[in-house]
Amino acid sequence: MSKTPVQFRHNGFDVAVFVDGGASLLTALRDGVGDTSPKFGCGQGTCGVCSVLIDGELHLSCITLAETVGGRSVETADGLKAGAALHPLQTAFMENFAAQCGFCTPGMLMAAKALLDRNPAPTRADVIEAISGNICRCTGYEPIINAILAAAGNRQRA
Amino acid sequence: MPITVKTFASLGEAASALAADRGARFLAGGTLVMRAINEGDTSFSTVVRSTDRGFAEIRPASARVTLGAGVTMAQIMANRELAFLHPVARAVGGPAIRNMATVGGNLFAPSPYGDFTAALLALDATLSMQGSYGGRETPLEEFLANRERNNGLVSSVTFNRPATPEAFRFRKVARVKPKGISVLSIAAHLPMNGGRIAGARVAYGAMAPTPIRAKSVERALEGRALDEAGTAAAVAVAAEGTSPATDALASAWYRREMIAVHLKRLLAGTA
Repeated sequence: MSKTPVQFRHNGFDVAVFVDGGASLLTALRDGVGDTSPKFGCGQGTCGVCSVLIDGELHLSCITLAETVGGRSVETADGLKAGAALHPLQTAFMENFAAQCGFCTPGMLMAAKALLDRNPAPTRADVIEAISGNICRCTGYEPIINAILAAAGNRQRA
Repeated sequence: MPITVKTFASLGEAASALAADRGARFLAGGTLVMRAINEGDTSFSTVVRSTDRGFAEIRPASARVTLGAGVTMAQIMANRELAFLHPVARAVGGPAIRNMATVGGNLFAPSPYGDFTAALLALDATLSMQGSYGGRETPLEEFLANRERNNGLVSSVTFNRPATPEAFRFRKVARVKPKGISVLSIAAHLPMNGGRIAGARVAYGAMAPTPIRAKSVERALEGRALDEAGTAAAVAVAAEGTSPATDALASAWYRREMIAVHLKRLLAGTA
């Protein structure tokens, strides 16, 4: 079976990878690009740990066919930081103890970024809605909600 | 097993490729087909997709609304002219799923999924099917009855806009909020004529292997006012014709008991 070439923008850089027929974007990112920040959880679109932004929209990379992102822009949690400087969301997650085991964190960060990019001043209900597709088995969600609200607050003050 | 992916510029070509290959599955948003691939489903070896622009187009004419089968739940929520459908689209999955899941895909979502399709049933939707021999129109109810045997490609869904926003009602019951899978869902289109219901359409999700019309309820409501007596007559026959499943979310018995409770609340317009 021949492989299919896919070219896309990954966290601001052009990348090209070869994928097997039917391969997911998650596989292309982890095995092809070498970005292991999006995780494989359920493979069903239920848990949200594989969440990435495609052209700024939140998508689940495990149920996205890799070749559908050809020519598009894909952002992952790995692209949030600027050099050694953490993204405000990452800082807020750290300060609010929003990561416990950390497995859901990359997906939570991308769901939160998708929210704040569109709505810089979300209510608590907006935040709960925005991360409703992301499962966390450790924190009970409250620290994550607080972190996202804190990041929104910090951003407004900045 | 690797899958062969075939991408076509037009829906017509995609429909021909689909009809020519029994081992082909059409991929729209990916929430069903990619999930099947990840689970190791070997019942298909080819994935057909189309980049046809019309496939993801919303045409909200004044009275008739046409949704391309590739229109996503997020697109519906972003369209102001489709405000009556916003609660339905919002009831599907979480934000990421709504950016991916399509109107066409929802038609094939196995129970207890398919809440959007229940709403389309209540709106008396018809489907445009693209077959290898050209297009044809199929009533949604007829399509659902033969869902597993269909080999055409749904290109769009068309329905009449509700007479008034209040005439269309939708309710989804889930154990987890804001994102949970349906215990059941109910959609109703209840146009009023001189204070009486004329042309009642009531549909259920998760109450049978596919979304179904609640025809006994429709008959009970026809010509009645939405008062205590009219509501009671409908609620008395709420579970008629249903065959819900027992699954991890609810037993069949529980679903049959609850459908009457939630139909009553839907008709009363209370939360």
